[in-house]
Amino acid sequence: MDLFANLAHGFAVAFSPINLLMCLIGALVGTLVGVLPGIGTIATVAMLLPITFGLPPVGALIMLAGIYYGAQYGGSTTSILVNIPGEATSVVTALDGHQMAKQGRAGPALAIAAIGSFFAGCVATVLIAVLGAPLTKLALAFGPAEYFSLMVLGLIFAVVLAKGSVLKAIAMIVFGLLLSMVGSDIETGASRMAFNIPELADGLGFATVAMGVFGFAEIIRNLDHGAEMSRDLVQQKITGLMPTRKDLIDSAPAIGRGTVLGSILGILPGGGAVIASFAAYTLEKKLAKNPSRFGRGAIEGVAAPESANNAAAQTSFIPLLTLGIPPNAVMALMVGAMTIHGIVPGPQVMQKQPDLVWGMIASMWIGNLMLIIINLPLVGIWVRLLRVPYRLMFPSIVIFCAIGIYSVNNAPVDVILAGVFGLVGYWLIKHDFEPAPLLLGMVLGPLMEENLRRALLISRGDWSVFLSRPLSAVLLAIAAGLLVLAVLPSLRAKRDEVFTESEG
Amino acid sequence: MMPIRSFAGACLAALASLCAVAPAAAQKYPTRNITMIVPFAAGGPTDVISRIVTGHMAPTLGQSIIIENVVGAGGTTGATRAARAANDGYTLITGHMGTHAASAPLYPKLAYHPEKDFEPVALLAGTPILILARKDFPPKDLKEFVAYVKANAEKVNAAHAGIGSVSHVSCELLNSILGIKPVGVPFNGTGPAMNALVAGQVDYMCDQIVNAVPQINAGTIKAYAVATPERNPSLPNVPTTTEAGLPEFQAQAWNAIFAPKGTSPAIIATLNAAAVKALDDENVKKRLLELGSVIPAPANRTPEALAALVKSEIAKWTPVLKPAT
Repeated sequence: MDLFANLAHGFAVAFSPINLLMCLIGALVGTLVGVLPGIGTIATVAMLLPITFGLPPVGALIMLAGIYYGAQYGGSTTSILVNIPGEATSVVTALDGHQMAKQGRAGPALAIAAIGSFFAGCVATVLIAVLGAPLTKLALAFGPAEYFSLMVLGLIFAVVLAKGSVLKAIAMIVFGLLLSMVGSDIETGASRMAFNIPELADGLGFATVAMGVFGFAEIIRNLDHGAEMSRDLVQQKITGLMPTRKDLIDSAPAIGRGTVLGSILGILPGGGAVIASFAAYTLEKKLAKNPSRFGRGAIEGVAAPESANNAAAQTSFIPLLTLGIPPNAVMALMVGAMTIHGIVPGPQVMQKQPDLVWGMIASMWIGNLMLIIINLPLVGIWVRLLRVPYRLMFPSIVIFCAIGIYSVNNAPVDVILAGVFGLVGYWLIKHDFEPAPLLLGMVLGPLMEENLRRALLISRGDWSVFLSRPLSAVLLAIAAGLLVLAVLPSLRAKRDEVFTESEG
Repeated sequence: MMPIRSFAGACLAALASLCAVAPAAAQKYPTRNITMIVPFAAGGPTDVISRIVTGHMAPTLGQSIIIENVVGAGGTTGATRAARAANDGYTLITGHMGTHAASAPLYPKLAYHPEKDFEPVALLAGTPILILARKDFPPKDLKEFVAYVKANAEKVNAAHAGIGSVSHVSCELLNSILGIKPVGVPFNGTGPAMNALVAGQVDYMCDQIVNAVPQINAGTIKAYAVATPERNPSLPNVPTTTEAGLPEFQAQAWNAIFAPKGTSPAIIATLNAAAVKALDDENVKKRLLELGSVIPAPANRTPEALAALVKSEIAKWTPVLKPAT
């Protein structure tokens, strides 16, 4: 069998001491980047890429890949502990993960995130090896019309996952879409809503808004008099570091479903991984016997999206390895890393560079193993961080966030904007608006707009293109179905009763 | 004595008392690390070319050259910073066709002028532009392509990697030569645009050779012609536009080193000599050729030749891009 020979060859490459070391460094740096709020994978890979100039190409790419999927592990940590999603893909993890932490179950939440990620990583690695080439067709089958419909579906997920009023959730999505329109118009290059501030010409950064509405707003809220009491409770209630048998049984199906969703959606260029995490969460909530647990610390609400985003992070390598086409910004940097080393990625990269391709695939499995070995013992240390008094913790979070936001573009304006979004976020929390739909709207907004315009440019303004293409029509039908479920008055009455926030 | 005094005056204005030691300082340049601004992301064609060449220049100059990637606004953010940097020879920029020619008509409010705010140092490499199409696009060669897009001007779609990108401006040039206005479909970068071409969602595209060679060799897209006077060694079967009957279409994405205006001629000469030496190195040549780049002929490596290139390129792109904005 070719496959086994190839995999064996890959493992032989990946197990060389230098490549093992590179894999470990990548996994460690990735975990760190994921944990530190604000410093994203794109910025890190961009910063480290020049360093790889002097490294052997296989080792360099193994390290950069390690940073990418390592950050998916680390990203869940800040989401769970302090409710700050470092990456767009861990926004939904914060919903139930932070609630678990508040109930003293940060340990199980962190552990299940690591276990789910490991399982998803293993499955996705095998999937890349076995089905990489045929799955490429999926990436090619998605044209602008299909993307637009997928984005519509993604936004409907945001409505469904909202805890409170549907109207408020829709308002938040629209607000997020509006924020995403700041910057240059893709077709004409005209500046929109940038108010002549040069830093806004390239749009608002995800980190800026996420740190503001999640991180800073959460801190301001915690500084409220009332919140201090519940905070003390969090510190004392910590029960057990590892998930119980029941937790594992509850999470197992969620991990499986999250892995499948993530593996499929990850192949799609663009927002695949983000949609995967939201889709996995939505699916769990819809399948659950008692959906009211979600948003209040359901362990499935952590297990599913974390499995999905890690699976997606890995399958997003498929278009790069089989077609030589980078599906997202981090992969574009990986292409850059290959180019620096004189390897031009393309459809023949698998035949011409078997060391590189199979070495990388094998290293992903090794990297995932390293990550779970690194992360599980760390759970205890992270949980202990929760005991740090607020007077020390708050300033540190603010400083780390500020450094992270500044480092993305070296722009002081971004830090000020994050502060403004902090105040906006505080106002939103106080009025029971949830920030998660806002962020999803913001992340998916540009993809939705660009693909809508591309699809209409190609069809010469004929809107029927969204229904005449079968994949697109199916996606829109699912979206419509979900929306009906979410807003049907009879269902809504029941929904409001189940979903109303209990806290005052 | 005069040139040296004016150098001292320009770059050591605050240290006028040091005029006496200026000759020594000028001979010793460089005495510390040099920053090379690359106005694009690490790993892009400009970045890679800059790293390959400066990697060889650094030992020649006896100082490290630190690459700083300053991205944003089609490369003009980095170019603006370089234009405003001290003209002491310690801040340089690797610019390209976009930042130092096409940007002038594209961005009416540009904070610098490619000619007035920079001293040309040396041309490093040219990257040929190809005319590409999806693999099942009906025309078989460039002649048929020209006839087809003219006859079907209302139907064809041209992909590009965003306003101001090489793929955008070079296709605008092609379209203006052909006298057609196809629907331009913008993508975020070359990767997604190439993906759409491979998937057959768009009809044609003009792009740099480095991105396209593997796809052409695999048969996932086809190339009609290369817009340079000579065929490219990495694609020996692809004819030039001259051979294929469209000699007016000549386009290369070139990369070159510039220094801020007012940098002394002595420093420019030192840097130019180091760059020329790098271009003669076998290893540098090999790496650049692997990228599909064309290495400039010795006559085209002088600062004067680069100044002339910038002038002619601005003249070439201005009429093409002015109406587009």
